[in-house]
Amino acid sequence: MSSSHAMPLISIDGVTKTYAGITALDDVGLTIGAGEAVCLAGENGSGKSTLIKILAGVERPDRGRIGFAGVEQGPLNPRLSAAAGVMVIFQDFSLFPNLSVAENIAFSASLASHRRLFRRSPVRKLALATLNRVGVDLDPDAPVETLSVAHKQLVAICRALACDARLIIMDEPTTALTEREVRVLLDIIRRLKADGVAVLFVSHKLAEVLEVCEKVVVLRNGRKVIEGPAAEFDAASLTRHMTGRDVAETPPDPVPADAPVLLQVRNLTKAGAFEDVTFGLRAGEVLGISGLLGSGRTSLAKALFGLVLPDGGIMTVGDHSVPLGDPLAAARAGIGYVPEDRLTEGLFLMQSILRNVGVGRLDAHSSAGMLDFAALGRDATDWLRRLSVKAPDSAAPVRSLSGGNQQRVVLARWLARNPRLLVLNGPSVGVDVGSKADIHGIIRDLSRRGLGVIVISDDLPELLATCHRILVMKAGRITGEVAGRETTEADLAHRLAS
Amino acid sequence: MRHVDFSRNETLVALVILAFCAAATLADPAFLSMPTLTDLLRGGIVLGIFAVAALLVLISGGIDVSFTAIAAVSMYSTAMALNTFAPGVPWGVAFALGMTIGAGLGCINAVFIAGFGLPTLIVTLGTLSMFRGFMLAFIGQKQITTLPSGMREFGRMMMIRGTNPDGSFYSLPLAFAFLVGAVVLTWVILHRTMLGRQVFAMGGSLESARRVGVNVKGAQFFVYIYVGALAGLAGVIHASMTRVANPFDLVGLELSVIAAVVLGGARLAGGYGTLTGTLLGVALIVLVRNSLIVFGIPSTWQSVAVGVLILIGTGLPAWQAKRAAARAA
Repeated sequence: MSSSHAMPLISIDGVTKTYAGITALDDVGLTIGAGEAVCLAGENGSGKSTLIKILAGVERPDRGRIGFAGVEQGPLNPRLSAAAGVMVIFQDFSLFPNLSVAENIAFSASLASHRRLFRRSPVRKLALATLNRVGVDLDPDAPVETLSVAHKQLVAICRALACDARLIIMDEPTTALTEREVRVLLDIIRRLKADGVAVLFVSHKLAEVLEVCEKVVVLRNGRKVIEGPAAEFDAASLTRHMTGRDVAETPPDPVPADAPVLLQVRNLTKAGAFEDVTFGLRAGEVLGISGLLGSGRTSLAKALFGLVLPDGGIMTVGDHSVPLGDPLAAARAGIGYVPEDRLTEGLFLMQSILRNVGVGRLDAHSSAGMLDFAALGRDATDWLRRLSVKAPDSAAPVRSLSGGNQQRVVLARWLARNPRLLVLNGPSVGVDVGSKADIHGIIRDLSRRGLGVIVISDDLPELLATCHRILVMKAGRITGEVAGRETTEADLAHRLAS
Repeated sequence: MRHVDFSRNETLVALVILAFCAAATLADPAFLSMPTLTDLLRGGIVLGIFAVAALLVLISGGIDVSFTAIAAVSMYSTAMALNTFAPGVPWGVAFALGMTIGAGLGCINAVFIAGFGLPTLIVTLGTLSMFRGFMLAFIGQKQITTLPSGMREFGRMMMIRGTNPDGSFYSLPLAFAFLVGAVVLTWVILHRTMLGRQVFAMGGSLESARRVGVNVKGAQFFVYIYVGALAGLAGVIHASMTRVANPFDLVGLELSVIAAVVLGGARLAGGYGTLTGTLLGVALIVLVRNSLIVFGIPSTWQSVAVGVLILIGTGLPAWQAKRAAARAA
């Protein structure tokens, strides 16, 4: 143990990995010391998942050396990596929903011990000790399927610790957490570091974890582009290194003074969700609606597209009033809606990319109940090209795409319908930095062409970069309105919270 | 947690059984008697062993419909082989042979499922038809009415024998002990060995099980071989108790068995299921089969009654869970 202070816990050097001729990792080196937290940043496809898999022993590098505690390792496999204390917490946590908290925590440790018999009391004891070590109070007998996402993550961390983890690799640890849950997580990470456990954060959204990290390593296209102390990075410089370009967000062009009013919402009310919401939207205008979780922004977004039936109020598009609580009527009136959770609400995951776009245009390409597949396909292909969806094959299932490209598919479906107004609920949730800038570019482009766009988001830089006006929602009411170019992130955050 | 949990299938099935018995007793006071009980237990032996096997597969996240064919093949080839080569061996040999044949056929399932990674329903649908067709084409189609002496002898062995006050007899065959044995052994495997916990884990999430280092292929081989052996046992017991090896028997029962297991709370998606629930499910189905006559309902209505039970018994908890989820949202 004493020598491990001098030696880094993990050292990798010159690691290269190619898949079918494509270089996923090119001569990457990295060291992690005991009790150190390291950020591994990179966009989708930058090679960070390959690096995790190599450390976890799932993939073998073509070239390069890997050392654990100064001892160079031969070919790794998952068991060897786990025995060396390298534990990966995947984004989905890889827990067993049907088993109890205690059994989930103790599962890997019992497997590693090669015990054949199973007894409840040592499992409980180990689980309670680990929960205690992390400082979390969870019922060890509760089935994991009843836990919140944040608690599932804690169970996954405990499971890693129960196997004497020396390095915990966390894949996208903060994506599904609220701000408060992230703070709890960071406190736990500090405790672990004090305990000598190293942590490797792997993410494309790292600004949140920078404060507990010692070191940042940025990958781009399989190469390490920069490595340095965490204190020298901020969100902007991380983004620059990850994308290799300055993603400068310029404010949108002003709305033409003679632009007609497109959407009028008057006194829209739904008990327990939002109250007396009134606003207008002009053609070519981008309107932001922001609020903290529970402010009613999501219900309002759904109500605009008829997915939530308001108790009262009026909505008009152009000169026509739109029946409330009727998504088909909303779509006919020219409203498009891109939901917050595209995986469950926005896409047919197992269906092809082309069909996911084409489904919005079935009416336009059918006559007497028969579909003109050729025309439907041409139409969809055209939109995929216009939104530059990067897909090798448009017949592939849509779930094979990255988050950014999936979001473009949802957008393409609506744009193919030639809408007058788009409601985008969290347009860049779960997409990487580069795609996010591209989506913002698409929004700008749409507004230039005279579409009205409503962006509902709690991502303040995103709102500032895309919106002409921003409405602030609190406890179901619109409490303020600011012009996008006249406010700052700090000011907006203050308005949201106060 | 000592209150009665009405959202559990077990509770529901137990209540239905009680209600059914109460109604049957009202219709015919003679219903509450030892003969009814022993008939019920006797009728549950083969079905119960099948159900224990099906439960294990469901928990592991798969589904097996081929076990009845495995049972029929094991039963018929055991009887045929012993009659031809060794008619005088004790019943233990017949059991060992039947279980070995069953395990071998289960191993074929395992090769396709674990080895080639094919979907369990498709593999077992295929082998169901294949095993049975193979037996009818190559082994024989004629009933074997004279069983090997060991099996005949086993069919006559009773655990309990008695006479009612009215002079009629009742008895419980020794075969019932094998059901008890299968239940106890399976319980120990599921709840007291790491192998059993890995079977639960696989059913909860196959991908997670792979990632934490569960030997998924090994566990699948175990599951399908164990199920094959249990099916072979059930086949030999069935022949011994009915005193005939009929190659057309047993196949067709598989859906009732899976229904009984699901009625007892196992989920088709895997990861959930209890032996208590499974046995209650079997008891209810046997009860319905044995006693609809008491109500004067024709036996052709049996399958309708069983279907209604499945719809209500599995639908009600699912509906309750959905309502609870809607309230929480």
